[in-house]
Amino acid sequence: MSRKKGSSHGKRTLSENEKIYEKRIRSGYGRYIIPGAIGTIVILLIPFVANLWISLHSWRGGRSTMKFVGFDNYLKLLQDEKFWTSFGNSLYMIVAMAVIPLIIGLILAAVLFDYIGREFGGKTSSFLRACYYLPQILPVGVAGILWNWILNSQTGAINRILSGVFGMEETPDWLGDPDLAIYAVMLMLIWGQIGYPVVIFMSALGRVDPELYEAASLDGAGWWRRFTAITLPQIKPETFVVVLTCTVAALKVFGPVYILTKGGPQSSTLVPSYYSYLSFFGKSQIGYGAAIASVLAILIAIVAMVIMFFQNRSAAREREGALVS
Amino acid sequence: MSMSSSVKTTIQGRMTRIERKDEAKRNAPASQKRRKPLNPTRWVILLLCLLLALIILSPLFLMVLNAFKTSQDYTQNGPLALPQELYFGGLINFWNATDFPIKFWNSLWISVVSALISVGLSLFNSYALGIGRVRGSSLIVALFMILTMLPGEGFIYPLFYMFNAVGMGNSQWTIVIICGIINMAFGTYLLSSVMSTFPKELLEAAQIDGAGRWRTLWNVVFPIMKSNCAVLFIFFFIWTWNEFYFSLIFLTSGDTQTIPLAIASLQGDRIMDVPTINAGSLISLIPAFVFFLLFQRTLTKGITAGAVK
Repeated sequence: MSRKKGSSHGKRTLSENEKIYEKRIRSGYGRYIIPGAIGTIVILLIPFVANLWISLHSWRGGRSTMKFVGFDNYLKLLQDEKFWTSFGNSLYMIVAMAVIPLIIGLILAAVLFDYIGREFGGKTSSFLRACYYLPQILPVGVAGILWNWILNSQTGAINRILSGVFGMEETPDWLGDPDLAIYAVMLMLIWGQIGYPVVIFMSALGRVDPELYEAASLDGAGWWRRFTAITLPQIKPETFVVVLTCTVAALKVFGPVYILTKGGPQSSTLVPSYYSYLSFFGKSQIGYGAAIASVLAILIAIVAMVIMFFQNRSAAREREGALVS
Repeated sequence: MSMSSSVKTTIQGRMTRIERKDEAKRNAPASQKRRKPLNPTRWVILLLCLLLALIILSPLFLMVLNAFKTSQDYTQNGPLALPQELYFGGLINFWNATDFPIKFWNSLWISVVSALISVGLSLFNSYALGIGRVRGSSLIVALFMILTMLPGEGFIYPLFYMFNAVGMGNSQWTIVIICGIINMAFGTYLLSSVMSTFPKELLEAAQIDGAGRWRTLWNVVFPIMKSNCAVLFIFFFIWTWNEFYFSLIFLTSGDTQTIPLAIASLQGDRIMDVPTINAGSLISLIPAFVFFLLFQRTLTKGITAGAVK
C-alpha cells in the first residue's frame, strides 16, 4: 500500500498518445533559457575558465606579457606558509559561521518554537526571532565598521566597559594582537550569523506535525527527550541546507576580514579570499592570485558535493524507511 | 482516474488538517489552564531569550547612543554614557563628507535594476526548465546551483580585465550585471522547482485558447508566480544592496560608490571621529532597517522557501 503511494508520487506511466501530447505541450521552451545562458557563460563560465588558465601563468596584469609556467604557481602555493595559514583560518571561519550558529540556532529555534511559542504565544517568539535575525540584513560595510569601533583598543566600547565597569587595568588589543584577532573576527561573524539558522529551523519546525509533540508529552517525554527524538530527526533536510550554505559562506568570507583586520596582524587573520584579493590588486601577482582562487573554488565545489551527497543519501534512506514500514 | 483519486486525497488531507486545528482550538484553553500554575522556569527561559536578544542588539544600541554626541563628550564620558546634549553635527559631517545622497541613489538604482534583471531572467529560465522539458534540465539546474556557490575570486580578475577592456572599469553597470547573473542562478534553482508543480490544466486551457508560449508566460504563469517573484525581488534587492566584494573592486571613484562601500572607506579617515562614524552607520542602516520592518514576514518566508526549495 505504502509502496504504491511512493511510486505515484514520482513518474506516472503514460500511454502513447499521452506521451506525444505531453511532448507537444512541453517542447519549444528552449529559447527562454537563451538570455540567462548567455549571461552565465559570459559573466561566470568564461571568466572562471580564464582564471584557471591564468593560474598557469606568471603575469603582472594589464599589458605586461603573460608567461606560461605550468603548475609552478600551485607548487609555490604548497610551500607558502601564508597560504596554509589562510586555509587554516578558514577552519576558524567554519566554526564561527557554521558550527556555533548551527548549534546555538538549533537550540534557540527549538526553545522559541516548542517552549516560548506555546507558553507566551507566537507573537513573542516571532519578535525574538526578528531580533536575532536583524544583524543578517546589515550591509557588511556597516556592520564591519561598527564592530571595528566596538573592538578598538583605545576608544572601543568593549574595552571601555572592561576598564570602566570591571576595572580591568590592561585591556586586550582585540584586533592588534595576533593571538586574539582571529577570535575577534569570529565574534563578529557569530553575531551576524546566528539569526539565519534560527529562522530556517523555526519554519522547519512549523512543518512538523504537532501531534508528535503532544503524543510524546502524554507519554511523559521531557523537553530534552522531545528535542532529540522528534525535533532533530524531523528537521534533518533543513540542517543539511544550513550546513551547506553556512560552510560555503565561511569559506568565502571576505568583507569582515577586509574591514576589521586586512588579514593582519602578521597574517593571523588571513583568509583565502583576502589572500587572493591581495595578490590580484595589492601585489599584482595575477597568476598566483588566480591559483589561490582556483584552489578555493575547487575546495568549495568539493565541500558542496560532499554535503549534497550525504543529503541525498539521508533522503534516500528516509524514503526506504518509509517504504518498509 | 488517478486524477480524481489524487484530488480526493488532497481534500481528505485538508479535512483532517481542519479537524486537527479545531481540536487544537478546543483543547487549547484547557491546556493553558493546566499550565497556569505559577511556573518560575518559564519566566527564567523567557528572560534568558530576551537577554540574548539584548546582547545581539547591543551593538546597535551603542551605535544610536553614540551617534548624537560631540567627540569631546565621547572622549570624556565614554561610550556608555548618555549624550549630554543632542548633537547632530556628526550626522551633518557624515552627510557632507560622503555625499550621502549620491551614494544612496547609486545603491538604490543598482539594487532595483539588478534585482529586476535577475527576477526576469529567473522567470524565463524556470519557465523553460520547470514547465518545458528542455533536454538535460536537471543538469542545467545543478550547474546553476554550483555556479552560485562559486567564490567571486574564482572569476573576478578575468571579469575585471574584460570590463576594463570594454571601457566599463568604473561603471555601476558592472555590479548590476554581475549581481544580476549570480542572483539569477539562485532564482532559477528556486523558481524551477516551484514551476515544475505548475497545474497542467491551466497550461492546456491556455493552449486551447490559442495562447502561444509568450502569452501563456505573461497571462497565465506570471500572475500565479507573482508572489514568488516578489519574494525573490526583495531578496535580490537586499543582497545587491549589501554587496561588498565586487563594489570594492569595480567602483573606484566617489561618484559611483554605494553606501556599504562609502562607510567602509570611512575607516582610517582621520577627520572621522567616533560619533561621526556612529552617525554614519546609523543613517546607512535606516534604509535596510525600514526594509526589514516592512518585509520581515516576507523575508522569513523567502529564506525558508530557499531552504526547503
